[in-house]
Amino acid sequence: MSTVLETKPASFVQVLSPDGSVVDRDLLPNLSDDQLRQLMYRMVFTRTWDQRAVKLTRQGRLGFYAPVSGQEASMLASEFATNEEDFILPGYRDIPQCVFHGWPMYQAFLYSRGHQHGGEVPEGVNILPPQIIIGAQIVQASGVAMAFKLKGERRVALTYTGDGGSSQGDFYEGVNFAGAFKLPAVFIVQNNQFAISVPVRLQTAAETLAQKAVAAGIPGIQVDGMDALAVYAVTKEAVDRARAGEGPTLIETVTFRYGPHTMSGDDPTRYRTKDLESEWEIRDPLVRFRKYLESKNLWTESDENQAIEDGKNAVTEALKQADSHPKMSVPHLIDSMFAELPAKLKAQKEEYLASREVK
Amino acid sequence: MAQMTLIQAVTNALDLELARDKNVLVFGEDVGHNGGVFRVTEGLQKKYGVNRVFDTPLAESGIGGLATGLAIQGFRPVAEIQFFGFVFETMDQIAGQASRMRYRTNGRYHCPIVYRAPYGGGIKAPELHSDNLEGLFAQSPGMKVVIPSNPYDAKGLLISAIRDDDPVLFLEHMKLHRSFRQEVPDEAYTVPLGVANVVREGKDVTVVAYGAMVQTALKAADEWAKSAGIQAEVIDLRTISPLDTETIVKSVKKTHRAVVVQEAQKSAGIAAEVVAQINENALYHLEAPVIRIAPPDTVFAFPMIEDEWIPDVNTVKHGLETVMSL
Repeated sequence: MSTVLETKPASFVQVLSPDGSVVDRDLLPNLSDDQLRQLMYRMVFTRTWDQRAVKLTRQGRLGFYAPVSGQEASMLASEFATNEEDFILPGYRDIPQCVFHGWPMYQAFLYSRGHQHGGEVPEGVNILPPQIIIGAQIVQASGVAMAFKLKGERRVALTYTGDGGSSQGDFYEGVNFAGAFKLPAVFIVQNNQFAISVPVRLQTAAETLAQKAVAAGIPGIQVDGMDALAVYAVTKEAVDRARAGEGPTLIETVTFRYGPHTMSGDDPTRYRTKDLESEWEIRDPLVRFRKYLESKNLWTESDENQAIEDGKNAVTEALKQADSHPKMSVPHLIDSMFAELPAKLKAQKEEYLASREVK
Repeated sequence: MAQMTLIQAVTNALDLELARDKNVLVFGEDVGHNGGVFRVTEGLQKKYGVNRVFDTPLAESGIGGLATGLAIQGFRPVAEIQFFGFVFETMDQIAGQASRMRYRTNGRYHCPIVYRAPYGGGIKAPELHSDNLEGLFAQSPGMKVVIPSNPYDAKGLLISAIRDDDPVLFLEHMKLHRSFRQEVPDEAYTVPLGVANVVREGKDVTVVAYGAMVQTALKAADEWAKSAGIQAEVIDLRTISPLDTETIVKSVKKTHRAVVVQEAQKSAGIAAEVVAQINENALYHLEAPVIRIAPPDTVFAFPMIEDEWIPDVNTVKHGLETVMSL
């Protein structure tokens, strides 16, 4: 007997199979050869940078860092579908999208070290600094999107969270608001399978995270997050829809983080098996996209080496710039609290300086 | 007796209470299989099963609401907020709901919940992990707020908190997590809520502190005694709400001078309340104004400068010098 209480899983979008062959020719995005090469370049660059950042964190040269390897397609191909004037509201892992959206890498490093200047996003760069509170950016994305709508600007708010983040009340509220007001927003849930240690199956009974869009009355789609072209195709359509005033979209990218949750003591061997890790490595986003590009003679070993070299150099350069940036100070922190410093805080600043003179 | 870190003492208290009372439940993000991000609940799911020690979805408001619902049905939830800065997400469930349940239902329901959370500066955690938000809860009627400064107290206070019939916020300072060990009895024991502890006796000045500031105050008092020959009496509040006014006032009547040290930013906090209690109960015994030693009224400093922002031994000594010279 059939039941009316069946949940309907959203469809799973894939363009390239893990061996790099095209599985769905109709969905191949309209990207020039240069754009395809650029997207690959960004992914290789980011993998290199991530590996360096992990080492630097271990050496104590960076502070807070959440590794990104495995999620390059999910992160970079989605950002690739935006325009410079679109606004990104990132979670704490979404550093690469912000950097390719214009955030200088040295500021990302200062952010990692806990320096206030890290979050001082340059004028003209359309991002917020990475959000620490899980899901808080989702509700804010609706606010940013509403501002674009009210001002009549053809811009889109794009926000990221993870599988865990889709459990937060803020997630449902943000997505629902966007639907209710028909806002130009794109919500990307990067389902990397574990919220620190908790697997998706303990996070929700929903078969997909994309189907959480159904209750909000907006389109929800699940995409192979290890497939750069699929992520691009889906995000591009969502961004175009939003820009055209057709409302928000929820995208679930099915992906995996190879590394620990963050570099602050998480040990993935406590909650996942080597077998599972190998299973995901077979679907690696870089390998897959490289094979596709090689089949079209668009990527060579020297392109690969160039991207790696550039990644390394960029990190070295950014580190140098971060090192030479003036140290943050408590008086500066006090000054930064209000447009005009209240008398009490002025007094506290004096008090602070006096108390630190004693040895 | 075993030498335990504060973390081990907390684990031990949870273990003993889970064993003693089948209504005690332990849950939160990553507390089950993974044993918590600080390993506080290590091994407990294996020992007591997934129905009593479990992972929740990633949703602090959900955790808070779950605790309230379980509590009014007779359970004693021990809910973990992974980092105290995330508590804003469940502020309503704690301060707007659980703490008012007894009042709202005229005693028909009550919420014997413990909310455990790591907090406090000095370990260079990212934003909204270290914040000292205890004052918000000390200002929430119906809540008790407990902050141990050492492993022995942590175990005894947590057991008291779990057995208490009202909601208790139990904060574990991250800098104290593994910084030192202490003799901790193997069996269950309680340290009463709402009772401060005189951790250093002295006749010249009273220093009131709690959490990690107790260690800082003790160190400053010892150094000051050596260099200036002045004996400070140090009081560890242990519970910041309800406040043990009696112990504070008794000490101030003896020393006639006081400073209050807190890691939270200066205004409208626990230190202000302590000063008010001294004013109301011992004003005519004072020889100098009571001063607060606390960071300025800013957001909790970013990791790069948190050590400069948080009061240290020198700032406490500076405060002592000030109050002795008045």
